[in-house]
Amino acid sequence: MKTLTPLDNLPYFTTKIQDFINWSRKHSLWPLPFGTACCGIEYMAVVGAHYDVSRFGAEVVRFSPRQADLLIVAGTITEKMAPVLRRVYEQMPDPKWVISMGVCASSGGFYRAYHTVQGIESVIPVDVYVPGCPPTPESVIGAIIKLQEKITKGDTPQQRLLQRRKLAAKTSAKEFETDDIYSEDRSEASNVAELKRV
Amino acid sequence: MEYQYQLEHQIRDSIPNSPLETTEVSSTNPNEIVMIVKPQAIRELARLLKAQKGYRWLMDICGVHYPEREKSLEVVYHFFNRDQNRRIRVKVPHKEGEKIPSLVSVYKAANWFEREAFDMFGIIFEGHPNLTRILCHHEFVGHPLRKDYHPRANQTLSKPIEYEFEKSSDSDDEDILLNQKNYLNLGPSHPATHGTFRWFVELEGETIVRSRAEIGYLHRCFEKMAETHKYNQVIPYTDRLNYLSAPMNNDGYCRTVEKLLGVEIPARGRYIRVILNELSRIIDHLVCIGTTSVDMGALSTFWYCFSEREETYTLFEKLCGNRMLTSVTRVGGIAGDIDEDWMASCRARVKSMRNTIDEIDALLSNNKIWLSRMKDTGVISREDAIDFGFTGPCLRATGEDMDLRKQEPYYFYDTFDFEVPTMTGGDNYSRYMIRILEMRQSCRIIEQALSKLPSGPTQIDDPKIVLPPKKEIYSNIEALMNHFMLIIDGVKPPAGDVYSYTEAANGELGFYLVSDGSGKPYRLKVRPPCFPIYSAFEDMIQGGMVADAVATLGQLNVIAGELDR
Repeated sequence: MKTLTPLDNLPYFTTKIQDFINWSRKHSLWPLPFGTACCGIEYMAVVGAHYDVSRFGAEVVRFSPRQADLLIVAGTITEKMAPVLRRVYEQMPDPKWVISMGVCASSGGFYRAYHTVQGIESVIPVDVYVPGCPPTPESVIGAIIKLQEKITKGDTPQQRLLQRRKLAAKTSAKEFETDDIYSEDRSEASNVAELKRV
Repeated sequence: MEYQYQLEHQIRDSIPNSPLETTEVSSTNPNEIVMIVKPQAIRELARLLKAQKGYRWLMDICGVHYPEREKSLEVVYHFFNRDQNRRIRVKVPHKEGEKIPSLVSVYKAANWFEREAFDMFGIIFEGHPNLTRILCHHEFVGHPLRKDYHPRANQTLSKPIEYEFEKSSDSDDEDILLNQKNYLNLGPSHPATHGTFRWFVELEGETIVRSRAEIGYLHRCFEKMAETHKYNQVIPYTDRLNYLSAPMNNDGYCRTVEKLLGVEIPARGRYIRVILNELSRIIDHLVCIGTTSVDMGALSTFWYCFSEREETYTLFEKLCGNRMLTSVTRVGGIAGDIDEDWMASCRARVKSMRNTIDEIDALLSNNKIWLSRMKDTGVISREDAIDFGFTGPCLRATGEDMDLRKQEPYYFYDTFDFEVPTMTGGDNYSRYMIRILEMRQSCRIIEQALSKLPSGPTQIDDPKIVLPPKKEIYSNIEALMNHFMLIIDGVKPPAGDVYSYTEAANGELGFYLVSDGSGKPYRLKVRPPCFPIYSAFEDMIQGGMVADAVATLGQLNVIAGELDR
């Protein structure tokens, strides 16, 4: 962390305001565990005493999307659940991040089936994917550290969006005004429906 | 044989128009009778079985699709008589579009099972009060478990289903403040609903007047996936049914296939399965108590339960490499073996578990808050519980001491010294106490099994069922060929069908398997213990508070993976 090193023997340090904000954000992630299946149980183990995610500042688990900035999708997302997930994501305040925990959330996993969403990126944007079925708690913690690195760099779509909005406010340029950088059409993103009834 | 003739006579005498087509004793279970019955007679038959023959449980209803037959659809019912330990499997083949009389008026358990058969196969049950989709979403077109439905034909949902209760007639519109009913939607993403359940309740003040439970938010097509995979490839899918106690599902499934193959695994394999089953039973109960206590606000119990669970995971990891979803059994035995070192750590584990159970018992059982939240909430009577098809701890909490480990001992359960605890309250506290007592019994079983563990192989010696050892494969051409054939073709059980059941952590975990002689199951139906239990939820929470409903859901220990499959 180059930006927050106190100078030798001086009672103060200098940094950029954006770096300071990113630094504080990464150490106070408030996760919303969207646990639907087996990964949800394994996420409980991550929060539990042995692995103790509070060492990484991400233990304040909130079940209301209004109070959370990190969505952890832990478990299979089915077609029935997909609109619910989208809505929960939309309810979260900006900036927000998403960790896709386990292969089911990331790609549908070995449920190559009619009622399973083949990867949540067709529903919401994802910052970090964690492989595993279920991933070990270590790799979930690894994903949180990875996300923290990205947040430090300001390198997540959400942070870029905020920057662009700021820029748009300054320059009042029309082309920056679009809010919805994720407006991928779901039917185009995963056109599996064509396989309907062979 | 005598029982079969007597039953046949009784049915022919009391139901007109000769309803029976064939009757025979099941080839895999001498206590099971298989009947083929004409569709119009099924309701009278069910009434007769329940009222006069003591078949108090309707265990399962499922559909099977045979596109090449003239009568292309078949409904299969499983009835269970506890007192005589007998089972009847009734098959009702019929043409597409033909209506089957609904059994909802006879068994309450039939309600959700029939809805599932309708959802999956389009079987129409005449007289069902609410024949709608239950697992697939409401915009779904077609019936996914029919053979002509492609496994990958996804159908996206545009927006979640919305509920509305029809207004009751006595509501007084003028006095809004006094008679206003409130409507509340809980879930599917709500901490108290543990992920994927959704209920919609009508409240009068804070009392629940009516409720509706919606499931299927974790319907990930287990049964369709089983039809597209080979027998051994299905094992990892079974892990994810009840993911809190994965080895038990592996065991239940493998036992089903072994039953159809007509083989029994070596004694050492059976003992190891018993040890794994009981360990999983304990950690399953620990999660149930831990999460319920979180919902009740007792967070520290959760830490106690989870640190114990974590250690057991380490034990599983040592045995098979995975913490949670073990996939440790194979058709024909166990993958791998346990050694002295593992046994020593297992003994230490059991010892520490006893301590933790005592600690939890001391923390909660006489706790004033816990008592007032759990006592007399979510009550169900013994008769209702049986009618709804309850099994396992939830049934034993109502006073019925039915446990398949005693009822029909499999493996070596008849040689172990253990008790089946029962309580009579039928409320949340009884269910909690049963779990505490049962964990202690499981500790006893594990200790006995560890001390009796015989030496020998853990897998049967049959190259058509079990893979040869790795060393043989690389040094012996015959073993290499056997390995190749088994991987390419898979295990091939004879054509036929079998219903096998084990006592899982939540009750009877049944697998109904239809084989057509090929390497993949033709149809595999799981009878999840949660499914009938959760179907009683709407009735159980009626008249209580919302907070009681949360406690009830926690203590029913409904696992979404198993419920929705």
